[in-house]
Amino acid sequence: MLNIFEVNETNHMIEQEKLDVRTITMGISLLDCCDSDLQKVNENIYNKITKFAEKLVSTGQDIEKEYGIPIVNKRISVTPIALVGGNCCKSADDFVTIAQTLDRAAKTVGVNFIGGYSALVSKGMTTADRLLIESIPKALAVTDRVCSSVNVGSTKTGMNMDAIRLMGEIELKTAEATKEDDSLGCAKLVVFCNAPDDNPFMAGAFHGVTEADAIINVGVSGPGVVKTALERVRGKNFEELCEMIKKTAFKITRVGQLVAQEASRRLNVPFGIIDLSLAPTPAVGDSVAEILEEIGLEMVGAPGTTAALAMLNDQVKKGGVMASSYVGGLSGAFIPVSEDQGMIQAAACGALTLEKLEAMTCVCSVGLDMIAIPGDTKATTIAGIIADEAAIGMVNQKTTAVRVIPVIGKGVGETVEFGGLLGYAPIMPVNQKDCSAFVTRGGRIPAPIHSFKN
Amino acid sequence: MTKAVITVVGKDTVGIIAKVCTYLAEANINILDITQTIIQDYFNMMMIVDIDASSKEFGDVVTELDALGTTIGVKIRCQKEEIFTKMHRI
Repeated sequence: MLNIFEVNETNHMIEQEKLDVRTITMGISLLDCCDSDLQKVNENIYNKITKFAEKLVSTGQDIEKEYGIPIVNKRISVTPIALVGGNCCKSADDFVTIAQTLDRAAKTVGVNFIGGYSALVSKGMTTADRLLIESIPKALAVTDRVCSSVNVGSTKTGMNMDAIRLMGEIELKTAEATKEDDSLGCAKLVVFCNAPDDNPFMAGAFHGVTEADAIINVGVSGPGVVKTALERVRGKNFEELCEMIKKTAFKITRVGQLVAQEASRRLNVPFGIIDLSLAPTPAVGDSVAEILEEIGLEMVGAPGTTAALAMLNDQVKKGGVMASSYVGGLSGAFIPVSEDQGMIQAAACGALTLEKLEAMTCVCSVGLDMIAIPGDTKATTIAGIIADEAAIGMVNQKTTAVRVIPVIGKGVGETVEFGGLLGYAPIMPVNQKDCSAFVTRGGRIPAPIHSFKN
Repeated sequence: MTKAVITVVGKDTVGIIAKVCTYLAEANINILDITQTIIQDYFNMMMIVDIDASSKEFGDVVTELDALGTTIGVKIRCQKEEIFTKMHRI
């Protein structure tokens, strides 16, 4: 039978160390909403989402109450809209109406984000894909809860450089369209390489075409729990350090598995995956950077950061995998700048640079995340940043992503405030050398040699 | 059998267990096990209870025990057992 120490340990994790389930995300397929009539498609989408997700939020709240574990977000991901609207959308503005429908449905069912305003263009773009991408700035400006993502490359297909060049421009247009809110639109836009079909985390969640009609995916969190656990092995060798991370990751993930199974059972929707991620928030004590500092770095960004992060990421997976029957999504440590107090401090004092962050993304999920850059950064430079990150993903057969925010009207040294879980960030300098002749060549970068495994 | 774990943490005072047990009896919730310690004047109790025959919805029990804790001046949590067994048992 349970003893009082075990019970106290769990409750201490929840109350003092900010253990929570970061998100229950319901994936909903909208493929059966397709029609040649735009109005009909919008009706179908609204009806399907509000029917399937009607009880998502209340079920999440019931589980929170009964088990005493906070579930921070309840969210929805849908089939990439470029596929759903391909038949009926003849212009970018037609796609914007679908974004508004998604926003309305999200508000009706009470979720705080809905992801899947997306296009998958890792090899080529259809007309619909291009229209959707062109509609992103307006779609994100006129909606509150819609998140958008574009997959521009994969290990199997190589990198679509035309799409990458276009996304550089779209980032700037999105920033311009939402400049009244410090270019917040870009915080809801992710450019991926090797995007997973079952990621529950925003802004990059979408419901892949290989998925069932509806599915429940859960993202766990708990940087604070790992940080506190590591305080107990200060000065010990790597063997003991790794054991402690694994044990802690196991415990955290088991809670996620329990919540996922309960949500799946109560909503009568199959369980998809657990995303084993250390997802920080701007709250003190809920930081991945603080874990790295506990491991032995004076500040994140110091030499040794990449090695420490690689080890952390690997041990989290090793501990978590046994705790869940299905693991998927992004699964790894997140290193967003604006959403992590330790990262914010390191970036603000210059210890952490864009280049060091890029190195860190080679060994963890996901990529350059929530990084504010000067608003006068050129589109081709942003495309170059995206290309670098996509190349890391393509060659290392992992997911990488770029969520940078060119803040219109602000420059290096200033700070931007996004609010809530999105936090705040110092504007980081970007290398000023030009790469336009590279990114405007046109065409594709071929898939790497090690992708030919057949 | 559906089990829940009730934890009570706070400054020690007269009648904490009595008040919690009275509430549980009125709700027809059977107590299976009680562990209690006092660490530096702080009262720390864990009860494992059977909620199958409870006359109240579980969500209401959680809310009412929390409110009872507020009136006594302690923190009372009531959680389904699985959150602990999943975490601490393979």
